[in-house]
Amino acid sequence: MNNGLPSIENYLIGSNLEYFNSCLLPEVSNPTSEDIAKKIETLKNDTVDKPYFFIGAGTCGLGAGALHTEKALIGVLKNINVDYEIIKVGCIGLCFAEPILDIFLPGKNRISFGNVTSDKVESMVKALLQEDEKVLCQALFQYRSKDLKVWENVPFMEDYPFFKKQKRIVLNQCGIINPLSIGQYVAHNGYLALAKTLKELTPLEVCTIIEKSGLKGRGGGGFLTGKKWKFALNTPSDQKYFICNADEGDPGAFMDRAVVEGDPHKLLEGLIIAAYAIQATKAYIYIRAEYPLAIAHLEQAISDLYAWKILGSNIFDSGFDLDIIIKKGAGAFVCGEETALIHSIEGKRGMPRPRPPFPAVSGLHGKPSVINNVETLANISAIILMGCEWFNSMGNNNSKGTKVFALSGKIKNTGLVEVPMGITMREIIFDIGGGPKNDKLFKAVQIGGPSGGCVTNENLNIEIDYDSLKTIGAMMGSGGLVVMDEDNCMVDVAKFFMDFIQRESCGKCIPCREGTKQMQNILEKITRGRISEKGNDALDRFKGILQLEELSNTIKETSLCGLGQSAPNPVLSTLKYFRHEYEAHIFDRRCPSGVCSELINFEIIEDKCKGCTLCAKKCPSGAIKGSPKAPHYINNEKCIKCGQCLKICKFGAIIKN
Amino acid sequence: MKIEINHQSVNMPSGISILDACKSANINIPTLCYLEDLFPSGSCRMCVVEIAGNKNLVTSCSTQITEGMKIFTHSNRVIAARKSILELLLSNHPDDCLYCDKNNTCELQKLSAELGVRNRNFSKQLIEKEIDKSSPSLIRDPSKCILCGRCVRVCEERQTVSAISFIKRGSQTKVTTAFDGGLNTSNCINCGQCAMVCPTGAIVEKNNIKDVLAALADKNKVVVVQHAPAISVTLGELFGFKPGSDVNGQMTAALRKMGFQFVFETSFSADVTIMEEASELVDRVKKGENLPLMTSCSPGWIKFVEHFYPEFLNNLSSCKSPQQMMGALIKNYWAFKKNINPRDVYSVSIMPCTAKKFEAGREEMITGGLADIDAVLTTRELAKMIDMFNINLAKLKPEDADDPLGEHSSAAKLFGVTGGVAEAALRTAAFLITNDDSQVHEIHEYRDLEGIKELTVTIAGITLKTVVISGLSNARLVLDDIKRGIKQYHFIEVMTCPGGCIAGGGQPFGLDKDRIVARMKALYQIDKNEKIRKSHHNKDVVKLYEEFLMHPLSQKSHELLHTKYKPRTGY
Repeated sequence: MNNGLPSIENYLIGSNLEYFNSCLLPEVSNPTSEDIAKKIETLKNDTVDKPYFFIGAGTCGLGAGALHTEKALIGVLKNINVDYEIIKVGCIGLCFAEPILDIFLPGKNRISFGNVTSDKVESMVKALLQEDEKVLCQALFQYRSKDLKVWENVPFMEDYPFFKKQKRIVLNQCGIINPLSIGQYVAHNGYLALAKTLKELTPLEVCTIIEKSGLKGRGGGGFLTGKKWKFALNTPSDQKYFICNADEGDPGAFMDRAVVEGDPHKLLEGLIIAAYAIQATKAYIYIRAEYPLAIAHLEQAISDLYAWKILGSNIFDSGFDLDIIIKKGAGAFVCGEETALIHSIEGKRGMPRPRPPFPAVSGLHGKPSVINNVETLANISAIILMGCEWFNSMGNNNSKGTKVFALSGKIKNTGLVEVPMGITMREIIFDIGGGPKNDKLFKAVQIGGPSGGCVTNENLNIEIDYDSLKTIGAMMGSGGLVVMDEDNCMVDVAKFFMDFIQRESCGKCIPCREGTKQMQNILEKITRGRISEKGNDALDRFKGILQLEELSNTIKETSLCGLGQSAPNPVLSTLKYFRHEYEAHIFDRRCPSGVCSELINFEIIEDKCKGCTLCAKKCPSGAIKGSPKAPHYINNEKCIKCGQCLKICKFGAIIKN
Repeated sequence: MKIEINHQSVNMPSGISILDACKSANINIPTLCYLEDLFPSGSCRMCVVEIAGNKNLVTSCSTQITEGMKIFTHSNRVIAARKSILELLLSNHPDDCLYCDKNNTCELQKLSAELGVRNRNFSKQLIEKEIDKSSPSLIRDPSKCILCGRCVRVCEERQTVSAISFIKRGSQTKVTTAFDGGLNTSNCINCGQCAMVCPTGAIVEKNNIKDVLAALADKNKVVVVQHAPAISVTLGELFGFKPGSDVNGQMTAALRKMGFQFVFETSFSADVTIMEEASELVDRVKKGENLPLMTSCSPGWIKFVEHFYPEFLNNLSSCKSPQQMMGALIKNYWAFKKNINPRDVYSVSIMPCTAKKFEAGREEMITGGLADIDAVLTTRELAKMIDMFNINLAKLKPEDADDPLGEHSSAAKLFGVTGGVAEAALRTAAFLITNDDSQVHEIHEYRDLEGIKELTVTIAGITLKTVVISGLSNARLVLDDIKRGIKQYHFIEVMTCPGGCIAGGGQPFGLDKDRIVARMKALYQIDKNEKIRKSHHNKDVVKLYEEFLMHPLSQKSHELLHTKYKPRTGY
């Protein structure tokens, strides 16, 4: 019945099955298999017997006003007096369209609406309940079903441009199921992979399956997951630990948050299987404290698992014990580095240490420990159920499966996408993401966060995988994609990342601590106008590029951890592709994109200036001079580049160079 | 295992680091954060080397050799990287070296010279940080700190005190105490091991030379000085003597040349300490009270107990340390004997220790309204004074210390090394128990630099379980075992600094093992050569008891030579 998959009854027997069923169906004592099947059907939400409303209430949804939408919805439904159900779901990936409201009417396909702010709820819901087709043009898409009525002229989810080229394994249930309902997760074949693992597979077999699947660490390292597990499995020890790294810190990355908020059980199932595979009896989820919703969902899910006896001692009567502990991180970027993360869990300052010994040999408290990130673990249950060949068949030569990316920056469709490995960057940015906002010219996309590099127009056709990105000076990273358009200054972008790295450097090794400070300083000097120049700054800026390259080399070659070794990447990559922008800053004191404020010059076009004196009056530094009714002029030495004059001139007489 | 270093094939045992391999092949690699016996921290990156086939340079301290490895320790690439790193470091380091305490002894300065750093490649970006002068023992200048982390690791791993750690991130990172308060508000035990390992002038002792010079110039003061047992075997190193040279006589001569009117040896009061402490031991064992007896000579250890193990305060011997006993005897015995008003006496001590500066200022160390000790100088400060007076130590004729507080047994001299106090105490305790003085106990089980040395001795049917500890991480292990009931002892000797006073926080900078071993051997050689080898044989000590103290643990002794400590809080 389960899409050709066996039922959990194939693995659980006797009192185990009875207990499991009593958790699934607490209302009935001694339920029959028909009762259970019926319950699972209900939990699946494939059909409904009353109107169901699904509100996208992940962090992105909440930020867009999902709670106001919910309140308005309850008000509307109260007035029209119908029986209904509201379910808060996670993020489906269309962050740009939040708040999203899915409406599922009995007998009809579930249909999804975007940008449903509280003011739009009443008209929309009423129109839909009255089957007023006019409202359908506002719909995003509808879900496909076997035999429910199709809404005319509304695309199916898989035909909707945003989803068309996606392949969703990790995100397949995010935004669709209730993240707080373990029952619903179970109804969708949840914990079937775990039952199969515990009942049929040895730890070594699990490691081998994962290794054969070709799954690589999705946190950016790109090491074969199964291989890492084998190292830990083969290291004898009285205690082993599994650690899930949910300390997502790259600017513009929110993949892990979405998974934990939208489908926490998928992560937990993967984590339990992984812990079994290396025979760890204690697992930690290291998650940043800035993710309160994700933490709340995890806490709920973990307590449900204990209640269902899927966590604790002797899980499914297999003899395997596991406890999962949530450890909140205080938001240090470097704690994403595995040895720093281990120190942090141990209660020490988050600072990396030299490797080897690798954590798989000597990790948390000196015991063998494996650290995987959220997305890696969220792939595990599917691989166990569908087989390693299935997973291996996706992707290209060196990278298998799918990858989740967070699209942000100057792009139309900001949000989360999951694509098969080997897809081109162009497809992601333009076909899925819709291209830059306001139809501006695309300039570059930063991949891999502060450790990565940029992919420019000329490289957009590159296939996305671990190796080919490296050939162009970028890297896969954890999956943040920040899109930049013609209005972005690449020197400014490099400066932003250098500021970030400098702030987040743990301060341990000299090249990273002092070297990034020097690089940041050079970038500062390059983007500075004469007005704030001191001492030898004017001379120093000419050495800028040379020194940046020299420093990058030293930092890359001699830093202690990955954070330091990759710290110069944003500078190197922008230097590689946008050297002319650097040169314009240095030699012409000009910022081609008009971002670096000190390098901007304001000018008054004589012909257009009516001499109204408004700009001269508003100028905070007294840089504008002129007699009434005669054209004014700007003294650029005095100008502090605040842009007030440009904003207030009614005649368009002031331009920015 | 066969490896190749700079094209030269060498055989090395497997499992060692590249750094160690190079060391045994007589190839020096510069380091700034490396500390023997501790897990490599890899923070300074100075020890990078090139390995054929490796993309990046690797740190030799944290990388083990592998079969056939081809290592280049001084290739162009390596030297350029080291130089760049150093230049980066210097961009955020004050370079007013002339005004620095570590001028000429600074590792950073030495490295800069070695690598030929002679112009400023990176712009100066000094982040000025506040100097912490709050401690009576140590001064911290975080601006000079290069964040190598040696002090933090020594404090945390070797001493398990953790008074200092890193705060903030990036270039704002700083080593400081909890809540960034003064060292005096922390649980710092003043041992000064941090200063011993600091490669720059970021942590140095609080200098008291000025006070001493002022007293020497004061005509109304009688300036007396005592020097601790460990000084005579280390001072020479600062004047080009071989490590382990004993310059006891020259030092006495130098002290007189500088104007100290009376020169005494702390070894005298160490003998008194043994008389008191051995009696205390025999007394406690007989009564079965407050066992184990723990030695109380080491002021860092005392503060450690006050902070972390107040439940053991009653186990500490009530004896003051030899420094303080000497101080009390000078002002309350010797001064009266000499007809000098004790208020006119300015009592200086030369100590291998920074914690002694703290100890001298403790409220428990005031007798009759007068501080037992007025100023404490470390070995390093004494050397600076000798330099200041342009005295050529090597050319001085050895002189004897003044009577009667200058006489000492060689047992007292052993106070300078881990195990020495226990050995001296047992020599006298054996006599107290058996009244038999025929044999000298040379306790070889105590005579090495191990951190924990257990020994059970039986004297006339009395079994004494003893343990000798140096380094407070080891003390913590033993105390925890005692608390858990795993171990029982009668007598515990603890010295705060690993190796004892010969490696104390006031000694010449650096914790080079060879030097420490040489100093230890020198002390045992002195003991071997000496005729008077037991504290109770010191004639002046015997006389002291006859004419003044009456007998060990007498009321007079208790007034002058014993004290009690209280629990303490602090982070």
